[in-house]
Amino acid sequence: MTAACPGCSVGDTAGLSAPDEVTHQLVLPGIHCAGCIRGVETALAQLPDIKGARVNLTRKRVAISATPKADPTPWIRALAQAGYEAHEVSDVEPARKAGEDYTIHMGVAGFAMMNVTLLSVAVWSGAIDTTRDFLHWVSAAIALPAAAFSAQPFFRSAFRALRVGRVNMDVPISLAILLACGMSLYEVMNSGHHAWFDAALTLTFFLLVGRVLDQRLRRAAHSAADNLAALEPSRVLRIENGTRISRPLSEIAVGDALWLNAGARVPVEARLSAGDITVDASFITGESDPVTRSAGARLHAGEIVLTGPVTVEATAVGEDTTIRRIAQLVATAEGAKGQYIGIADRAAEIYTPVVHILSAAAFLGWLYFTGDARTAINVAIATLIITCPCALGLAVPAVAVAATSRLYRAGLLIKSDTALERLAVVDTVVFDKTGTLTERRLEVPTGLSDQETRVLRALADSSDHPLCHTLTQALGHTTPAPLTDARETPGQGIAALFGNTDVSLGRASAADPETTFRFGTTTYRLTARETLLPDARAAVEALQQDGKRVVMLTGDTPANAARMAAALGLTDIRAGVGPEDKLTIIKELEAGGATTLMVGDGLNDTAALAAAHASMAPGSALDASRKAADVILVSRQLTAIATALRTSRLATRRMRQNINLSTLYNLIAVPLALAGLATPLAASIAMSSSSITVVLNAVRGMRR
Amino acid sequence: MNVLVILVPCSLILGIGALVGFVWTLKSHQYDDLDGDAARVLLDEEE
Repeated sequence: MTAACPGCSVGDTAGLSAPDEVTHQLVLPGIHCAGCIRGVETALAQLPDIKGARVNLTRKRVAISATPKADPTPWIRALAQAGYEAHEVSDVEPARKAGEDYTIHMGVAGFAMMNVTLLSVAVWSGAIDTTRDFLHWVSAAIALPAAAFSAQPFFRSAFRALRVGRVNMDVPISLAILLACGMSLYEVMNSGHHAWFDAALTLTFFLLVGRVLDQRLRRAAHSAADNLAALEPSRVLRIENGTRISRPLSEIAVGDALWLNAGARVPVEARLSAGDITVDASFITGESDPVTRSAGARLHAGEIVLTGPVTVEATAVGEDTTIRRIAQLVATAEGAKGQYIGIADRAAEIYTPVVHILSAAAFLGWLYFTGDARTAINVAIATLIITCPCALGLAVPAVAVAATSRLYRAGLLIKSDTALERLAVVDTVVFDKTGTLTERRLEVPTGLSDQETRVLRALADSSDHPLCHTLTQALGHTTPAPLTDARETPGQGIAALFGNTDVSLGRASAADPETTFRFGTTTYRLTARETLLPDARAAVEALQQDGKRVVMLTGDTPANAARMAAALGLTDIRAGVGPEDKLTIIKELEAGGATTLMVGDGLNDTAALAAAHASMAPGSALDASRKAADVILVSRQLTAIATALRTSRLATRRMRQNINLSTLYNLIAVPLALAGLATPLAASIAMSSSSITVVLNAVRGMRR
Repeated sequence: MNVLVILVPCSLILGIGALVGFVWTLKSHQYDDLDGDAARVLLDEEE
């Protein structure tokens, strides 16, 4: 990143010449092994313009340094040819601001803690007089600078809270660290018996471990959410002087003419310039049947063009695109959810005043009965350190990390801090039908010969059209036949040669949107039907077995809804509902005492997603829906929903257990501290053992 | 107990060495891609 030698960085920062290298980031959702790393890096190394490429497997991205004016579109095509799906991600690097990363603070605190504790062992095992003073002085020399550096996150947070007249968890922590260091220094100067340096550092270290875990969690979720966002079109073909030029979405202005290929998602609100097209509007309306639009009609952002290519004129861009009314509904509903307070914060609210009152009482009590301020302060510090929420600071993050990484492996991405706790209390699961439980698929016609099936698979493989992908999936076990001279005519379909036979897959004619498969002179019709996702029924059954009420909402017709509900074994369905109705139904269910989980993908679901107690959206959902949801179903495995609910219940139970465990430690240790019996040794043992217990309890049973 | 005067600085120097090492690994982005580094071990050296 930065040049190692200060002399070199001068030329860099002068910034007189344009940078000769730009870093691009591509998301690679499919990579998983060493072979993938090699494949991607070799594929990219052969391309012009690219100076270097390095895959990051953890973030599923590749960073490419290239010449300034290079266009990433051909790279994505080259990767696709090599067999890797790739998408451009717009942000270069997530904001990793200096001071936001506590790993180095943790390292310093850990180093100082180990050294000072070792020195303290010598004191505890009976060092006296000058030896003890010497060891104490060395401890002070390590502990004071280390604490001044590594405890800064707590000091800053405490200062921010105090400035606005509030008290948070970091206030007693900062107070304990400052008082312990200050008082110990005084004791050491006066050849005292006890120094609390090791306790102050142990406290700092364990609390920083909790913070670092928390940060890692948040960064992983952030990075994965960015990866999903990259699936949205970030580049658009704009028609400039008659030629199509690929432009970032952010550069599109009202009035621009855009070129949309078949299968593309409409990027902005637009008006159709010419011709008739069929669009899949299910993201907006929830209805599964395609709609026909004629010239001059409005196209909404999020609709999918099924027949193309078409030229459209942008009518609204940026913040104006999503329908305002829905955006407002989301904002109001989210405001209400922001009120939810997590278990950790609720515990801290009770804890903080208790800690302060106890240590103040200890100080005053001892001062009154002994009249010795030095003893009184020592007892007060012991109380402050022992009650300090070492285990509490670890109790919740440790469980959250364990549960979230388990769910991530199951294909779920937890976005919100309190999502786990909210999921745990869900008793009613509300599904949106279209796009969540079902998808449109092309059905393989009956009566195909073996050869014809293989040709169909090969044709479907070579097309980008979303419906063709479903065909590829349906024919997953077939080996594709070798085709030559394949060419795709946008909006018409794909044609090729199989030996000497003409084969094609696409629209029968310009007027007939039905899909046909032609093999020589034989023609087969392929019908597009709305079908359930393979594991939809299993998912619903798993939820019902766990005693959840399952409701299905849809903007579709009652007949379609009833057919799907029968196949799912559902009775509780509401058909023909609009976006506001979905919101009303969620609110009614909540008012009736139910705690709801909303699962939906469309723009028409966003308000309901935001209003429900907890919400999930599939990874294929619109950006707006993914933003409103607490959890993203990355893998589209619906059975993961039941897993998520079970894991979240387990996680919440563990959080409560952990908080109870650390309270138990306090119940034993606080009376000792108040009685003036707690030594630095006792404090060290209590803190370390309680922290280790909660971490072990957090990972227990989570690694399956 | 005079041995302490030698041993304590010794242990401190070793400890600081370890700390400097840790800071170096952090600064050179060695914790950025733990899964990737685990996988790269399996790749042959290029050239």
